[in-house]
This record gives sequence, structure tokens and C-alpha cells, in this order.
Amino acid sequence: MNRVIEVENLSKRYGDTVAVDGLSFTVRPGRVTGFLGPNGAGKSTTMRMILGLDHPSGGQVRIEGGSYRQLREPLRRVGALLEAGAVHPRRSAYAHLLWLAQSNRIPKARVRAVLALTGLDGVARKRAGGFSLGMTQRLGIAAALLGDPPVLLLDEPVNGLDPEGILWIRNLMNALAGEGRTVLVSSHLMGETALTAQHLVVIGRGRLLADTTVREFIQANSRSYVRIRTPEPELMRDALAAAGLSVKQAADGALEVDEAGPEAVGEVVAANGLTVHEVSVQSASLEEAFMRLTRDAVDYRAAGR
Amino acid sequence: MTGGGVVVSEWTKIRTVPSTVWTLVLTSVLSVGLGYLLSVLSRGSLAGASPERMVNFDPIFLAFYSLTLSQLALVVFGVLVVSGEYGSGTIRASLLAVPRRGLFYGGKMLAATVPVLVMSVITVPATFFATQAGLGPYGISLTADGVPAAVVGACLYLPLICLFAMGMAAMLRSTTRSLGILLPLLFLGSQGLGNAPPVKAFTQYLPDQAGMLIMHLVGPQDDPRWARDYGPWTGVGILALWAAAALIGGYLLLRRRDA
Repeated sequence: MNRVIEVENLSKRYGDTVAVDGLSFTVRPGRVTGFLGPNGAGKSTTMRMILGLDHPSGGQVRIEGGSYRQLREPLRRVGALLEAGAVHPRRSAYAHLLWLAQSNRIPKARVRAVLALTGLDGVARKRAGGFSLGMTQRLGIAAALLGDPPVLLLDEPVNGLDPEGILWIRNLMNALAGEGRTVLVSSHLMGETALTAQHLVVIGRGRLLADTTVREFIQANSRSYVRIRTPEPELMRDALAAAGLSVKQAADGALEVDEAGPEAVGEVVAANGLTVHEVSVQSASLEEAFMRLTRDAVDYRAAGR
Repeated sequence: MTGGGVVVSEWTKIRTVPSTVWTLVLTSVLSVGLGYLLSVLSRGSLAGASPERMVNFDPIFLAFYSLTLSQLALVVFGVLVVSGEYGSGTIRASLLAVPRRGLFYGGKMLAATVPVLVMSVITVPATFFATQAGLGPYGISLTADGVPAAVVGACLYLPLICLFAMGMAAMLRSTTRSLGILLPLLFLGSQGLGNAPPVKAFTQYLPDQAGMLIMHLVGPQDDPRWARDYGPWTGVGILALWAAAALIGGYLLLRRRDA
């Protein structure tokens, strides 16, 4: 199946608040799809609707061709990590995974296997309430992997993990996608996601902002330009224009040239005998590109309430 | 997905949290222990009692009086079984594993009710024999008038009051809210709320008041001050209706709500 998760014109309203607004996208197997948006963009709500936990106000969701509720033994088809801490604090990690396994007729051996995989075998009999955030997150991942599912939905999986844990989950997600599984992973961090995902779905204020590959997103958004500071901005502007280069003025008065390298700019400067105080190459980071893309949505949220 | 797997899984949830196990054990221990203690104390005071007092003495009342307190532990059990899902966010993991909400809900109720029924069938006769042993010469046998009905009634009363508590907790979704409503209701009941004259027309139909009639816990029925407008088995039926209403309410809200 090529379209494992299909979200179609999906909406969710809470009273007057619109959390998800006519959202459509599909998630395909064999790659990690990053689900990006600032906090409050509607990522978690969308994931809960995909998983049948929240009722959509409009539109529909199909996962493996039907609704999540129609899945027989869903843990064998779809693994999900929602917010950390969905574990009774007085229950042990082993007991938590055991009841999950029993409900979907998953062999007990899988409980041991995922405890070992997530490095929790040493604390399996300890109360989950005593776990650090990182351990709780690992337990959530163990639960998601319990049924060895071909589809995985992970909501902010690196939250609370140390650098070693982040690297571990990054490799794990890539390995799972490499096995042909479908992996949808939400995050509010562009840089982190760009390192892991091959495809991106970006939302802001519940609406789709971009549905593209990571490569395209980087090419389109990671602008690099030459920055020039000069006491003679008018002369410089004319000289660059005469050389066929388009120039923009930054807020601090510096000039920015988009389509040329520092060599071309330097030659224009020398040929016209101009004074410069700075010629430097600047690149906008992915994080900045992401923030620029989602800024309008964030601004609206801050001003609109 | 099978119903059996869901029930086994829900039973695992109950037995792997210490508080639920302990409240169930406490219900049993309080019933038998407190019942025995009260009957021994009563025996002492009955020794020199007037004949008038002896007429009003009801060994069945004494046999089950401890249940009015031990049921509070059972209500806590019922509430914890359900609200434990919400306080910790386990409900989302539960509904991911069993997305058909009716199946999840039915499985949970069954997994909790079976052990409560087993506990009751052991605890109620044990309480009866302990109290009658404590009463010594004032005790009665299991076959005495009204006793079989009271024993069977008590064995039904405990699971039904637990189901009522679970349904309420499913609607309220919080341990504190659920206990804040249920404990005062049941505690005041045991303090005679059901017989307070001006409101008796209404309070006699409260779940515990209706269900306790068969255990002789609401006063002698030949006295108009205590007499109820319904018979003992109807009382058990009224409690069953309360439990059914709470369970249906809990189910309808679970089906409709976002998790």
C-alpha cells in the first residue's frame, strides 16, 4: 500500500478555537516523514485524530485503508508514542507492557524483546513513576514497538532525551523506515527533523504550510547571500545594479546580494574603487527558514486571542 | 482482538497496581474483623439486657453492619480501577490498544466485577459466621428466617455498589471528584440519612439505602419510622438500576469524549 496514512480536509474545533483547519496530506512507507509546526500548531491533535482518540469535527482520516477503530489488534499494525507519561506511576514497566501485549495477543517474548531494545531491562520491575523523563520516553517507544508494527506515529520522541538518546532514536527511526515501515514523527525543531526525515509536512495554525521533501525544503529555504557594509551605499547599489546583481537593503543599512558569490561582489567593488567595511557570506539556517514559514501563524495566535 | 484478551489485560492492570489490590483486601478484612469485634462487644452488653431490648435485637443487622464501613474501601477500589486510567493518561494507551470503546469498557467492568464477586462470596459468609460466633448464645444459624436472603443480598450488594462506583468514576474521570461525591453519600447513608423524616421519601431510594434493606441495615420494618415503601428484593433491584444507570452514563460519555 502506497498511502498508509491519508488525512483529508481534516478539522478539529474546540468551541470557537480552531485547532486543525482543513488539513490534507498523505504519509508513505519506507521513509521518515517529519510532521513539523510550532507548539500549538495542531500536530498532537492531528495525531490523536489519526489514532481515533479524538473525534474530528470535519473531514476524515484513513490509516491502512480504514479508520483506526476498524483495525483488528491495532498494536500489531500501528505503534504510537504520544505524550510521555501515559503510564500509571505505580505500575512497573514490565506490567505496563504486559497488559498492552495481552490486549492484542502479542507473545510475552515481545515484552522482553522491546525492554532489551530500549535498554530498560534493568529497570523493568521498577515503578514507572520513578523513571526519568528519558526513561519514560524509552518506555513509550518500547510500547510503540511492542507489536512490531509496520506503521509508527511518534509525537515529539526526542523530548527529554539526552544527546545519546537522541542519536539512538534518530538511528532507530531510519532503520525502521529502511525496513519499509511508515514513520511519521512530529517535532517543533526543524534542525533535528531535517537530520532524520526525508519528507516534511509543515503545519501552522492547523493548516498545511508545506508538503515537500527535505532536500527541496532546504534548497528553497536555506538562502545564502553576501552581506556588504559600506559608507557609500548609493554608489555601491548603482555599481552592483550595473553589474546585473539585484540588491536588497537590510534593516541595519547593510546591503544583501542574493545571486552572486563574494568574488563577483569583490570584483565590482574593485572595479568601481569603492570603500567597504565588510563583505561576508551569510546563510540563513533551516531553523530560521522554518520560523519564517510559520511566523504568520504564530503571530496570528499571539495577537488573535 | 478478542474479548478474552481484553479482560485478561484489564485484570493485569488491576493486579499490578498495589492500591487496587489493597483496597480489595481491606474490604474483606474490615467486613470480617470489624463485624467480629462489634458482635463480641454486643454480646457483652446483651448479657444483662432487659427483655424489651432483646426484642429489638436483630442478629442479622449485626452480621452485616460492618459492611456499611467496608463498602467504602470497595468503592475506593472501584473508583481507582477506573480513574487510574485518567489520572495517569493510561486511557490513551488503553484506547490505542482497544479502540472499540464498548469492548474496552465492558472488559474493564468485567475484569473488576469478577474478583469483587469472588471476594464477596467468600467475605459475606465469613462475616456472617464470624459475627454469629462472636455473639455466642445470641447468634443464629445460616438457615434462620431471613438469613439466606440477607447473605445472597449482601453477595449482590457489594458487586453492585462497586459497579455503581465504577460507572460514576467513568463519568467523572477523577479520583478526587468521584470519592468526593461517593464517600459522603455512602457515609451519610450509614449514619441514618435514609431515615431522616422530611427527606426519607427521596433518600430511601438512594443506591445504598435501597440495597441495604435485605441485610436488615435500615431499621426494623414493622416500625413506621423505618418502614420502606418497597420490599427487600425490590431494594436490590433499585440498587441494580442505579448501577446500570451509572454504567450506561459512563459508557455514553466514554464513547463521545475525546481521550
